[in-house]
Amino acid sequence: MSGSLTSVAYIGATILFILSLGGLSNPESSRRGNLYGMIGMGIAVLATVLGPRVSVGGLGWITAALVVGGAIGLYLARTVQMTQMPELVAFMHSLVGLVAVVVGYASFIDPTAATGMTSAEETIHRVEVYLGVLIGAVTLSGSVIAFGKLSGRIGGKPLLLPARHWLNLVLVVVMVVLGYKFLAADSIDVGLTPLIAMTVIALIFGMHLVLAIGGADMPVVVSMLNSYSGWAAAATGFMLSNDLLIVTGALVGSSGAILSYIMCRAMNRQFLSVIAGGFGGGVSGPASKAAGAAAPAGEVVAVSAVETAELLKEAGSVIIVPGYGMAVAQAQHTVYEITKLLREKGKNVRFAIHPVAGRMPGHMNVLLAEAKVPYDIVMEMDEINEDFPDTSVAMVIGANDIVNPSAEDDPTSPIAGMPVLEVWKAQTTIVMKRSMASGYAGVDNPLFYKENNRMLFGDAKKMLEEVLAALRA
Amino acid sequence: MPQVIGVPREIFPGEKRVATVPDVVEKLIKLGFSVTVQSGAGESATIGDDAYRAAGATIVPDAASLWSGADIIFKVRAPSGDEVRLVREGQTLVSFFWPAQNPELLKLLAAKKATVLAMDSVPRMSRAQKLDALSSMANIGGYRAVIEAAHEFGRFFTGQITAAGKVPPAKVFIIGAGVAGLAAIGAASGLGAIVRANDTRPEVGDQIKSLGGEFIPVNYVEEGSGVGGYAKVMSEGFQKAQREVFAQQAKEVDIIITTALIPGKPAPKLITAEMVQSMKPGSVIVDMAAEQGGNCELTEPGKVVVKHGVTIIGYTDLPSRLPRQASNLYATNLWRLSEELCKAKDGRYVVNMDDDVIRGTTVVKDGVVTWPPPAPKLSAAPPAAAAAKPVVKSGSEKKGHGHGGGEPMSVGTTALVFGGAAVLFALVGLYAPPAFLGHFTVFVLACFVGYQVVWNVTPSLHTPLMSVTNAISSIIIIGALVQIAPPAIAAMVGENARPDDIIRWLAVVGIALTAVNMFGGFAVTRRMLSMFRK
Repeated sequence: MSGSLTSVAYIGATILFILSLGGLSNPESSRRGNLYGMIGMGIAVLATVLGPRVSVGGLGWITAALVVGGAIGLYLARTVQMTQMPELVAFMHSLVGLVAVVVGYASFIDPTAATGMTSAEETIHRVEVYLGVLIGAVTLSGSVIAFGKLSGRIGGKPLLLPARHWLNLVLVVVMVVLGYKFLAADSIDVGLTPLIAMTVIALIFGMHLVLAIGGADMPVVVSMLNSYSGWAAAATGFMLSNDLLIVTGALVGSSGAILSYIMCRAMNRQFLSVIAGGFGGGVSGPASKAAGAAAPAGEVVAVSAVETAELLKEAGSVIIVPGYGMAVAQAQHTVYEITKLLREKGKNVRFAIHPVAGRMPGHMNVLLAEAKVPYDIVMEMDEINEDFPDTSVAMVIGANDIVNPSAEDDPTSPIAGMPVLEVWKAQTTIVMKRSMASGYAGVDNPLFYKENNRMLFGDAKKMLEEVLAALRA
Repeated sequence: MPQVIGVPREIFPGEKRVATVPDVVEKLIKLGFSVTVQSGAGESATIGDDAYRAAGATIVPDAASLWSGADIIFKVRAPSGDEVRLVREGQTLVSFFWPAQNPELLKLLAAKKATVLAMDSVPRMSRAQKLDALSSMANIGGYRAVIEAAHEFGRFFTGQITAAGKVPPAKVFIIGAGVAGLAAIGAASGLGAIVRANDTRPEVGDQIKSLGGEFIPVNYVEEGSGVGGYAKVMSEGFQKAQREVFAQQAKEVDIIITTALIPGKPAPKLITAEMVQSMKPGSVIVDMAAEQGGNCELTEPGKVVVKHGVTIIGYTDLPSRLPRQASNLYATNLWRLSEELCKAKDGRYVVNMDDDVIRGTTVVKDGVVTWPPPAPKLSAAPPAAAAAKPVVKSGSEKKGHGHGGGEPMSVGTTALVFGGAAVLFALVGLYAPPAFLGHFTVFVLACFVGYQVVWNVTPSLHTPLMSVTNAISSIIIIGALVQIAPPAIAAMVGENARPDDIIRWLAVVGIALTAVNMFGGFAVTRRMLSMFRK
């Protein structure tokens, strides 16, 4: 296959990738979108393998590596539970980061890569290698930490070292200095030392970055790492002068960046302050507890599962607000059973999804889809917020901060200004929770003390099963 | 410039209805439209040209001039071959259409670049009830079925004790308690008959009772409600139990009216030849499903036949046999539809495909076939008046701008951003070699494309978006592929030799890792997306 043919194939692949992302604009076309992505990837790989830059000798190696990796990937995809999606995505991001590092190193130690370049071009090539490895390493270690946090292997509380902003700054400065040395190096061996040193520092930097971020901000982190993995691919593209890599990397990068932005806006937070970390508890904890202790006072009315079922039976319309608690308890199937039963009784049951509910963007939607909840009764916050006043019962399952009225009422609250689901405007609210503990933001929730609120304490799945049994009785 | 609504004379043999009536003409004119009516259009519905003229319509002499002068055509029946020829590009046609049964017609009109709104495809939602012409026609049909039965039946409906002897009341059995069935129950019990009715959906029992009927259930437990308030196909066991009930009723009753239809399927055969045979001589069967093949095995569509002493009525034009009433209701349905299509009251149709009702009704839009629509959002069963509201809102507000920058940035920020970009670009331009600039252009443009595309992704698909972008970022595999075994360039020897082995191993590791990501990423996305079902 000639060079031109390869280029044309790359253009085709690029278009397919764009169509693939475009297809996700609605669930009807999304399956086709995914197919476009697969075809695009197939074309890109084939065109490269058959193209002028790979000689016949490499085919065996390539096939072997593809088969091994592909088998592992397919196995993972088949076995992963939908509640584990955030972990899987974080894990996969780390792979992209690792590959960017590996490719960067390989490109650097390859003397033929820089053959025939002018000195300016060679400098730029060096910068590209350096950046590619840097972004790759940050993505790698950040994703590994995110994976650990999401799968519960590492605690959700942010790690807040003293003077952590200074520490980050120092790390950045050191990396810049190393970069200067790297560019000045006149042979590959000399250059390797600063490159390796930088890699180590970048790894530490990535770890520290994610460790400092609290559990509630995980959706931002996951989408941010998604973005990084794209930029890593783009940097690799510059390094190898490959437009397809650049375009695809940029697509993925901007997609992740937009998602992060959407998540931040949903929490009314600045992107920078999320990245700087320290929100989910820790430092802000004591302050908010002081504020929280003063504000909500009153009695919490606890109800049993049977009483909950009674409330639901009498309700004309029900809105269910799922949160991370539902995911943890794996209660989505029971929730759907209840929904089905209520709908058969002629009640209008809908779901209200807050943009940051769960641990990654769209997490709740995927879980509900897994439980076969039809997506047309799953509403976004903006679509449904106005309807709470006309709703008989709003049932909150394992969510806390996203239904906290102090975000609107109390300007001193740490989550003030964050858009929330206004469940308290419904005639009755039922909140399912394990205990009275505060959410990830560490803020007490005045909703629990409202007159029209009932608390159903216990494990979400167990409680919902009891409610279901009572409804059937 | 207001659009012209044209109402031709129906040319289908025996069709007596007309698509608008004088009262509605006035209302359409209030919406800003002007209305032309073909001379004689309302004749068989006993509406004269003068009545239309008095209401403000223009009368034109023939079909050709009507079709050529109108932007919107209101009709009752789907257009026939001659009428299709008259359709102009950009014209909007509103009529019954039955797109599932008429795929050819659909294509013909699409080829004409017309827009077609099918009154039989109005979604079954609370909000759309006022334009549900199927229901209003079924209502008339149910009433007329009883009248036809009474006409053929040789006795009173009501029981009487007279000097000349005792008259027992007629027993009527109605199968299917949809709109038509319920109308028939009401009409028959109004005439004094003993009415029994059966339906596969147990929840309609109360409605049957409320109209004076007796609900005859099939004692077999199975939920019979399908999508959108229609019945669905039942299991074999249920059908057997059902046949037993029907056979029993056939022996007892004098009149059977069948209304059982399942959307998109031939009518179920519920009354067998034996059942007809077992009925008393002089009994009557009205088969309202005759057009879809009939619920009775012996029905001959469009005809009245006598088999085994039982009169079987297979009329397919029951609503048209009440032309004045049918035209009135149909015209009102069309006017309600026009209200939905012309919210600005400026006499222009806006076919807003984000509106669920209009989306469902539109089967051809500007020459593109848009049928079948996505599944309806809500069943008609729950009281959903309030629920329809947010759906509409999401349609009109969300689309177009995505969820992106609703409010523009302030002047200062914009200036800062542009200033920064200018400085950056100047630096790049001053120092970068041309080869790099090419890549840089591609990069910047790709960022913008990504930005535009991703804003359109619906929030419920954010997780699939992340996993698919993640899979796509496996494109980095190309980096590893080109390193594994590049064709030998000028062989370098000695100190500068390419460390082939190390690079190869690095590349192999890279390829394997990305393969995990690539295959895993696409597969898991596929798995997730396949779960998103209505």
